[in-house]
Amino acid sequence: MTNPVNDTAIDRQSPRQNQRLRLRRFLSSNGTQLGIIGVFVALWAVFILLAPRTFLSPQIYRAFMSTVPFFGIIALPLTMAIIAGEMDLSFPAIMAIGMVAFAYTFQFTGSVPLAFVASLATGSAVGLINGIIVVGIGIPSLVATIGTQFFWRGAVLVLLGGKGTSLIVARESFLYNVLVGKMFGYIPMQFLWMLLATLISWIILNRTRLGAHIYLIGDNAQSAELMGVNTKRTRLAVFVLVGVASAFAGVLASLTVSFFWPSLGAGYLLQTLASVFLGGTSVFGGVGTILGTFLGSYIIGAIEAAIVAIGLTGFWTKLIYGLIIILSVSMHAVLRRRMG
Amino acid sequence: MENNYRLEIKNISKTFGEVQSLRNVSFQLGQNEVVGLLGDNGAGKSTLIKIITGYHQPDEGEIYFNGQKVEKLSVPKARQLGVETVYQERALAELQALWRNIFLGRELQNRFGLLDVKRMKEETHNLMVKSMGFTSTAVDPDSKIGTFSGGEKQGVAIVRALYFDAEIIILDEPTMGLSLQETRKLINFVKSIKQAGKAAIFIDHNIFHVYSVADRVVVLDRGRVAGEFRTSDITLNDLMDKMYKIAETGHFD
Repeated sequence: MTNPVNDTAIDRQSPRQNQRLRLRRFLSSNGTQLGIIGVFVALWAVFILLAPRTFLSPQIYRAFMSTVPFFGIIALPLTMAIIAGEMDLSFPAIMAIGMVAFAYTFQFTGSVPLAFVASLATGSAVGLINGIIVVGIGIPSLVATIGTQFFWRGAVLVLLGGKGTSLIVARESFLYNVLVGKMFGYIPMQFLWMLLATLISWIILNRTRLGAHIYLIGDNAQSAELMGVNTKRTRLAVFVLVGVASAFAGVLASLTVSFFWPSLGAGYLLQTLASVFLGGTSVFGGVGTILGTFLGSYIIGAIEAAIVAIGLTGFWTKLIYGLIIILSVSMHAVLRRRMG
Repeated sequence: MENNYRLEIKNISKTFGEVQSLRNVSFQLGQNEVVGLLGDNGAGKSTLIKIITGYHQPDEGEIYFNGQKVEKLSVPKARQLGVETVYQERALAELQALWRNIFLGRELQNRFGLLDVKRMKEETHNLMVKSMGFTSTAVDPDSKIGTFSGGEKQGVAIVRALYFDAEIIILDEPTMGLSLQETRKLINFVKSIKQAGKAAIFIDHNIFHVYSVADRVVVLDRGRVAGEFRTSDITLNDLMDKMYKIAETGHFD
C-alpha cells in the first residue's frame, strides 16, 4: 500500500515485470484477506504443536462447530454495521430479549415454530429501534447501543424476575432438530446455520446494492449522499440485520443447552467484536470482508480451547481477546496513515 | 424562446439557519451552452449547484428542465433528468475499487436483482481505455481509488458522468489540485461537451480557466446574481476588473 503501482510505468516493462506488478497489485488489494488466512493457518499449526492431543482429535472440531456459531452468526452482520461506520454493542441483550419473546410465546401456544418467529420478529424490532435512535435522532451508535444494551438487559430481568426458563419440552419439536440437532447424527446443525448465514451475508455485502452502499457510506458518507444513495435506509437496515441475527443466535444458544438464562449473551460481547476486528474489518469503516469475519470467529473460538489445552487458566482468555481487539484495530490505523 | 432552455431556475431563495445563502437567484442554461459560474467563497455557488443536483431543496422558487416544471427535485430525479456532477475529488470513495466508484449510487443489476459485478468491471475497463485514453494494461478496475493521482481521480469522476449519458454536466472546481497538463486535458474535455451538443456549468476559482471555455459567465456575490457577460463581449482584463470591484464593493462600477 505504501507504493501505489505506477500505472504508466507498467506499459514500459517487460512481460515478466508486468506480471510481477500485477501480482503486487493483487496482493495489495487482497492483502487483508490473505493476511487473515495466513494467521488462521499459522495459529492452527501452533495449536497443533502446543496441544496435539486436543487439536488432533475430531471432538474439538465438533465442539467448535456447535459453539462458535453462537457469536459467529452475530459477527457477520456486525461486520456490515462496522463497515458502514456504525457500531452495535446491544446484541448480547438482543439475544436475551428475543428469547423472552420465545419463552412467552412457547408458554402460551406450545409451538416452537411460533416462538421462533416471535423471537426473530422481536430481534428485528429491537434492531430497528437502535437504528431509529441512531439515524432518526442522530445519536452516535456506540453511545446509543450502550444505552439500549442496558435497557433491554434490564427489561429481560424485569420480565423474568431474574429467573431462567427450562426449554426441555421444546426438544420434542421438529424445529429443535433442524436448529440444533445433528446432521447424519454427527455434524452439529449450528455449523450449517453458520455456513448459511455466511453465504447470505456474503451475498448481501458483495452482490446487492445494499452491500455496495454499506461500503460507500463507511468510506465517504458525503459522497454517497451526493450520488443519491439513501444513507438513512441503508444504516437502518444494518441495525435490523444485527438484531435479527442476534435473536437467531440467542435461540440456537438456548436450545443447545435446553435452558434460557436471563444473562444469555453477556459472555459473547468480547468474542464477537474480536472476531470482526481480527477478521480485518476497519473500525473506521469502508473496509472489511465476510470471509475474514468467518475465519476470525473460528480463530477466536479456537483460542479459548487452546488457552485451556496449553495449560493456562481461563482467566487468560479475556486478556488475549482484548489484546487482539487492540492490535487489529491499531493495525488499520497505522495502515491508513501510511496510505496517506 | 423562453422554453428552449435546457435548465431554467426562477427566483430561487435558500436559507440555512440565519444565513441566507441565495436571494432570488434566476439562472438559465441553453441547450448547447457552457456557463461559467464565478464568485468568491460564500457567494452561493455551491448552494446553487446543490439545488440543481437535487441535494438541497430551495425554500422558494421554481426549477424547469426543458421547459417542464419539476417539483421536489431529488438527487436520483436530477440524475434521471440527465444532470451529472463532477465534484471535487472528495466525492470519491477512496478505499473502494475503481469500478465501485464509477457505478456509485447506480450499480448495475442482473435480472435477479443482484449486482452484476462482472459487467461493471468490464464496462469500467472499456470506459477507462476508450474515454480516458488509458492503455489497457494500466487499467485495473479493482485498483483502489486512493492510490490514484489527482488527475486520474478527476478522470474517474468525468468518466462517471460520461457513462450515464449526461445532458447537463456540472463541474465543481474541477481543476483544483491538478497539474498543468491535467488541467489542459480537463479544459479539452469541457470543450468536447460543447461539441457533443450538451450543456455544462463550470465552477472555478480560476477566472482564466472559466473564461477560456465558457460561452457566458454568471457572477454571484453574497447570494445574488451580480451580473452576467458573454465571453465574446468582454475581454479577460475587463472581466477581472469587474470581479475585483464586485468583491470589494458589491457593485460593478
